[in-house]
Amino acid sequence: MKTKSGLYYSNEHEWIEVKDGVAYVGITDYAQDSLGDIAYVELPEVGDELNAGDNACVVESVKAASDVYSPVSGKIVEVNEELDASPEKINEDAYSAWIFKVELANEEELSSLMDENAYKSFCKEA
Amino acid sequence: MRTPLYNEHVALNAKIVDFHGWELPIQYTSIISEHEATRSSAGLFDVSHMGEILVEGKGALEAMDSLLTNDITRPLAGKAIYSPMCYDNGGTVDDLIVYKISDEKLFVVVNASNADKDYEWISSHIGSRVCVTNLSSQYAQLALQGPKATEILSSLTDYDLSAMKPFTFAENVKIAGVDAFISRTGYTGEDGFEIYITGNIEENAPYVWRRILEKDGVVPVGLGARDTLRFESCLPLYGQELSADISPVMAGLTRFININGREFIGKDAIADQLENSPAKKLIALEPVMKGIPREGCEVIVGDTVVGYVTSGSVCPTLQGMRALALVDSRYADENEEFSIIIRGKALVCKKTQMPFYKRKK
Repeated sequence: MKTKSGLYYSNEHEWIEVKDGVAYVGITDYAQDSLGDIAYVELPEVGDELNAGDNACVVESVKAASDVYSPVSGKIVEVNEELDASPEKINEDAYSAWIFKVELANEEELSSLMDENAYKSFCKEA
Repeated sequence: MRTPLYNEHVALNAKIVDFHGWELPIQYTSIISEHEATRSSAGLFDVSHMGEILVEGKGALEAMDSLLTNDITRPLAGKAIYSPMCYDNGGTVDDLIVYKISDEKLFVVVNASNADKDYEWISSHIGSRVCVTNLSSQYAQLALQGPKATEILSSLTDYDLSAMKPFTFAENVKIAGVDAFISRTGYTGEDGFEIYITGNIEENAPYVWRRILEKDGVVPVGLGARDTLRFESCLPLYGQELSADISPVMAGLTRFININGREFIGKDAIADQLENSPAKKLIALEPVMKGIPREGCEVIVGDTVVGYVTSGSVCPTLQGMRALALVDSRYADENEEFSIIIRGKALVCKKTQMPFYKRKK
């Protein structure tokens, strides 16, 4: 299982990278490995307002559909259209295949997320 | 429960899942790559969970025939015969393969999830002159499937596999020195063999498994790709396309039903459905938008729910999505615009032909 330093992690196996007040959200390597071959990503709509923990979109593997939750509150400002044609990019490199970007409404929410080391231990216990 | 190959799966780093009480591999590397390897070269499957039932005694062939929709007594029917087995009301007990070893000895291979139910059903309906034995725990079963299956298996036996016709079998064939019963059958839509091993299965099944995997051009394949392979070929899966509520007529399996001059359990109901059309029919749908239909999703025409998806999946060979759906017969033959409801949204589909994939011969 790969992890990446400098990211925040949720206990639903999403990762977040914050750049200039915008959170890039994707699913972790652990999540893509459990799902298997990803065949379709139902992307959210740009402009959607989300609260932390809301269901944002769905990632579907050959076998099953899995909800992706937004670990933070805010407005969706961009979605990764590339995943529409090439959903397998999530399998290839989960940490470069971001799914959507959220304009952070409340930076303090980040403190409730895990860092790399905490997430590694979290996955070990799972 | 574990098959004799459980340790092999673990050693190959397979993801293990529960399948009707069996701990089986869903995938070793990825469903799509295992699927593609089986279509283009060869895949090896552990299907030891399947049930094996021996039916023997004087009159065994006629007695078993009276439980099946397909006529297994016809000399031209071949040696390994696929047939649904029905309840009185035409619903399906199971679908199975009968290997005709002789008129007095039949080897019946059934679905794992139904093995105990089938044993009870056959025992209690076949009459007292015939002896029925559930041998499921005494057999390991491997399936080698794909265009290179014959070449690969031939390198492990002196038996002339290339001369074997589809749906025939041979007893006492040595595979890598191990005594086996082999048939030219499968559940993938490809050419291939099923290999039955009995006796010392704890040692012999893993040995044959490893000897086959040593060959070039073969990979182990899990249940995930087994399902996408059978789905592309539109081979029914019991519990989805067939069930106690779904007759073989509804599932479109009429070529495995023989009515004339025969008596079998469910005949009246089946004959009625053939004549008057069953209440529901299986159709094939292809989405014209993005989305993956899944088992259980509702199917609508306009605002009316007309049925549900029995199986839906990505088709790796076709690189598209497909669904099999059981719908009200009034809609099945029409060229309506069907939609599949996924998470509250309508996925617009068009009707399409079965099977989705057919191998070039």
